[in-house]
Amino acid sequence: MDNIDALRTEWLERVAAAGDAAALEQVRVAALGRKGRLTELLKGLGAMGLEERRAAGPALNGLKDAVQAAILARQGVLERQAQGVRLAAERVDVTLPVEYRAEGRIHPISQVTDEIVAIFGDMGFTVAEGPEIEDDFHNFSALNIPPEHPARQEHDTFYFAPHADGHRMLLRTHTSPVQIRTMMRHAPPHRIIAPGRTYRSDSDITHTPMFHQVEGLVIDKVTHMGHLKGCLIEFLHAFFELPDVPVRFRPSYFPFTEPSAEVDIGCSRKGGELKIGAGDGWLEILGCGMVHPNVLLNCGVDPGIYQGFAFGMGVERVAMLKYGIPDLRTFYESDLRWLRHYGFAALDQPSTQGGLAR
Amino acid sequence: MKTTLGWLKEHLQTDATAAAIADRLVALGLEVEGIENPGARLAPFTVARVIAAAPHPQADRLRVCQVDTGAGQVQVVCGAPNARTGLLGVLARPGTTIPGTGVALQRATIRGVESQGMLCSASELGLGDDHDGIIELEGAPALGTPVAAVLGLDDPVFDIKVTPERGDCLGVLGLARDLAAAGLGSLRARDSSAVAGTFASPIRVHLQFDDKGLDACPYFVGRAFRGLRNGPSPAWLQRRLRAIGLRPISALVDITNYLTYDVGRPLHVFDLDTLKGDLRLALGHGGKRFTALNDKEYQIDDQMTAILDDDGLLALAGVMGGASSGCTEATRTMFLEVACFDPIRTALTGRKLGIQSDARYRFERGIDPAYLVRGAEYATRLILELCGGEASELVIAGKEPEWRRQIPFRASRVQGLGGVAVAEAESVRILESLGFTVTGLGEDMLVTPPSWRRDVEGEADLVEEVIRVHGFDRIPPVSLHRTHAVAAPALSPAQRRVRFARRALAARGMVEAVTFSFLAPEQAALFGGDQPELRLANAISAELSVMRPSLLPNLLAAAGRNADRGYPDLALFEVGPQYRDDTPAGQQTVAGALRHGLAAPRHWRGGAHGADAFDAKADLLAAIEACGGPAERAQVAAEAPAWYHPGRAGTLRLGKAVLGHFGEIHPAILKAFGLPGPAAACELFLAALPELKDRQGRTRPLLYRAELQPLVRDFAFVVDQDVAAEAVVRAARGADKALIVAAGIFDLYQGPGVPEGKKSLALSLTLQPTARSLTDADLEALGAKVVAAVAAATGATLRV
Repeated sequence: MDNIDALRTEWLERVAAAGDAAALEQVRVAALGRKGRLTELLKGLGAMGLEERRAAGPALNGLKDAVQAAILARQGVLERQAQGVRLAAERVDVTLPVEYRAEGRIHPISQVTDEIVAIFGDMGFTVAEGPEIEDDFHNFSALNIPPEHPARQEHDTFYFAPHADGHRMLLRTHTSPVQIRTMMRHAPPHRIIAPGRTYRSDSDITHTPMFHQVEGLVIDKVTHMGHLKGCLIEFLHAFFELPDVPVRFRPSYFPFTEPSAEVDIGCSRKGGELKIGAGDGWLEILGCGMVHPNVLLNCGVDPGIYQGFAFGMGVERVAMLKYGIPDLRTFYESDLRWLRHYGFAALDQPSTQGGLAR
Repeated sequence: MKTTLGWLKEHLQTDATAAAIADRLVALGLEVEGIENPGARLAPFTVARVIAAAPHPQADRLRVCQVDTGAGQVQVVCGAPNARTGLLGVLARPGTTIPGTGVALQRATIRGVESQGMLCSASELGLGDDHDGIIELEGAPALGTPVAAVLGLDDPVFDIKVTPERGDCLGVLGLARDLAAAGLGSLRARDSSAVAGTFASPIRVHLQFDDKGLDACPYFVGRAFRGLRNGPSPAWLQRRLRAIGLRPISALVDITNYLTYDVGRPLHVFDLDTLKGDLRLALGHGGKRFTALNDKEYQIDDQMTAILDDDGLLALAGVMGGASSGCTEATRTMFLEVACFDPIRTALTGRKLGIQSDARYRFERGIDPAYLVRGAEYATRLILELCGGEASELVIAGKEPEWRRQIPFRASRVQGLGGVAVAEAESVRILESLGFTVTGLGEDMLVTPPSWRRDVEGEADLVEEVIRVHGFDRIPPVSLHRTHAVAAPALSPAQRRVRFARRALAARGMVEAVTFSFLAPEQAALFGGDQPELRLANAISAELSVMRPSLLPNLLAAAGRNADRGYPDLALFEVGPQYRDDTPAGQQTVAGALRHGLAAPRHWRGGAHGADAFDAKADLLAAIEACGGPAERAQVAAEAPAWYHPGRAGTLRLGKAVLGHFGEIHPAILKAFGLPGPAAACELFLAALPELKDRQGRTRPLLYRAELQPLVRDFAFVVDQDVAAEAVVRAARGADKALIVAAGIFDLYQGPGVPEGKKSLALSLTLQPTARSLTDADLEALGAKVVAAVAAATGATLRV
């Protein structure tokens, strides 16, 4: 059996010494091929006597299995080595930049409008719309603003040239005509908001000839000033995401509401920086009131049965306050740097349950 | 509207501080825009006495004064001629900023003599133009006390924004009345008891209006004065007018201004010596020119209320008096006008002529029609006090217009509309303290508003009066009741689609812009716009004078501005209105998108390309798909509006409806906008998409998953160059609509191997067997069908 051990040592060494797949194949053929050394020895078993064969058979077969296993193992090693070499050659510079995928932006006016819709939507409001080229009736008369009313002067209305029959169209100066259209088209109750473009002939550091408002209207049989306060306070807390921001209602005047109020939110101006929240100052943020009985009458709604409130809010203004955008005029400049900086990602869809802003 | 605290306290007995008054004014709806105490900037200036004034050793015109500050002695070099021993003056110490010059005072040595302060003149304190010398204080004020109080300047000035319906609060009296009702003090009445006339007025007043103009001036109270001395008004009156920003002129003029602000009662004074005959008020003096008190000339028309004498036009009623009949320091006889002018006519006259005056401001908001005689008596008392002389009997024309009206009022409405429980007695108290008369009880009250509250018309106004005095802050906030336990969607399907389009384009890397709805007419014309009915009559500028016919011009202009700033590669979009005409239906919501410069930037892996029609087409299809629109079913036609490149643009249609356009921008348009290009754009007409139904359920059809694997077969066809790829695809798919489930073009080739005027299109078809696996024979048969179908439809041959 010394012979077997020597053979084992010899062939295992030869397997281990095979440096690549071809050399290993040579060793395999030399050992286990048809004329291989071990194959020959196994063939020789048949010529042996019983006793001798009983001793040599298992030894030779064991040797064959061992060499075969060693070849397989060596094969794995050699394959891994070869793969390692290949992979090393396949190295790339992973610091190279990926393909540029431009990230789009949503304009702050759209985003903030979506935020406002999300909050009022949660309170059961639906979104109503109306045309921007309006007539005198919807923009003024129906809203209890007769032609001579001083409030008309404050609206700085854009007019179109008169038609042949004398009537002339105008650009709506507020979103309030949507109140009229809503009440004339549908029977009460109403609970709508109407965001949209509005126009006034005014252009300076704090005015642009076009701006955006959100109108609100609630009409039913029970809604009173307390509901107006509750609704708007809850809106402002949700919108500014500041549940403690103070809100103040002070009497004011609009021809289409009675009583009328202006709404301020608390702010501080410490160090010249305007911050919404509890502070020493107030910022006017929207106008509101109980819908004037004349307006209801003008829309064919019986003020003896129905009542409710309306409000109007500047979208740019609340956007500027919430997101710290300093200059109104920049909203309309379409400056890429501004849009990228103040804009919002496409997937930032505001909702009350998922959050208004990232 | 401005007033000072001291002035207010003449009408209101109160101990409240300026801050408390301001807070209450705001709570009452009288917004305080500012409180400024002119005394505050004078705080460092104190009373001091010159105890010795000696000549300056080096300068004849200077004096060296030893000054007792009350807390010690300082030396001041002073150049004023009136600097003398014993003078009580105003001392500023080094470090103090002098209001008149804005410069901080320095310790100085003047010609070798040290000066440790300055004795100030009125102009140095910013109090007037008196350059003659330093201020000499009267009386015996304590040395060292601040001079603001001594000069009567320690009186905060309120600047109040009065809403247009509250004409009554354009007088200090009105403010005081509201404050008194709110419990901040009690009202003090001015003495307006009658002054007996000592002679008959030499002139009379005639209201000469026909039926149409009766309302122009229903009531006129006048009075003649003689023996007047019209000099400067006394210091208290000048100080008061200056405090609210008015320039004192002469006693008579100052009195008219004073009453305008004190009780909201505009007056006019005519120099009686300049008048010829009686005063007449009439309409219909059109065509005349008129020189007003401000020395400007105005053209008068037939609708303006004129005040005339025998010689012609004297004044524009309620707006402005004339230069020829105004009072001067030489005036000895005068005629006082206390009239009631129609708000609308006054407003129209002022607006037409561009005259803004304190009188117009009050008349157009409505003055108290019951305060003419009392106003005249109050003015008379002041005139006689300040100018001496004597007053005639009153001259009265017309009569007090009827202002009394009863408004039914239910006490329960304060809670029902105002949302706050206010006891009935308190509601009545509030109304009465504001001057309303209340009769009846509970749900059957009748309320008569006072003559000065023409704005109060109905029950809602009365509720507002009660709750604004009670306090809006005392209305408990109540949440709206929920109409649904779970809120229904706020947006309609069409509104949701606008949002989808916007976010889909942003998701494609585009940046949303919001641009003006109007633009320059020449830009509108390039895009088929500039119709007469869409031109603004009073545009801010020509660049913003026409409603836009398309979203693209503004986006192109924005691209130009960004390119000029160094950002030529951009992808901008807007979702908003464009206008076909001035009807509601003429306004369409459109998603417009523009790519300019590189649509894909340079990259080390390649792929950079300028914006082209296929970028725009991809944007358009993505937006349609996001809107739930049938991007698959839409047909592309190689045609587009004139602002697109005629050979590189298309229109997407669904049946007859045009969903949108896409393509490269026409070079002429690029040139008009000064853009280097390349540029490609698309426009999606959101309303043209098939209506999304508000479905009852959202169930989707069951998913069918074939058991057999799909196969892909490729074909290459040679077709004429102008054959549309879509025609090839459509024909191929039509060969077996059941088996062929997808088709795509994966190669386009022109060049060697393909004849001139032809192109090779490589098509890949996905086959989905259902019943059994396809055999070679099946595939061969299908191939033949495809080739035949494509050949029949397009004249294609299979490329070999």
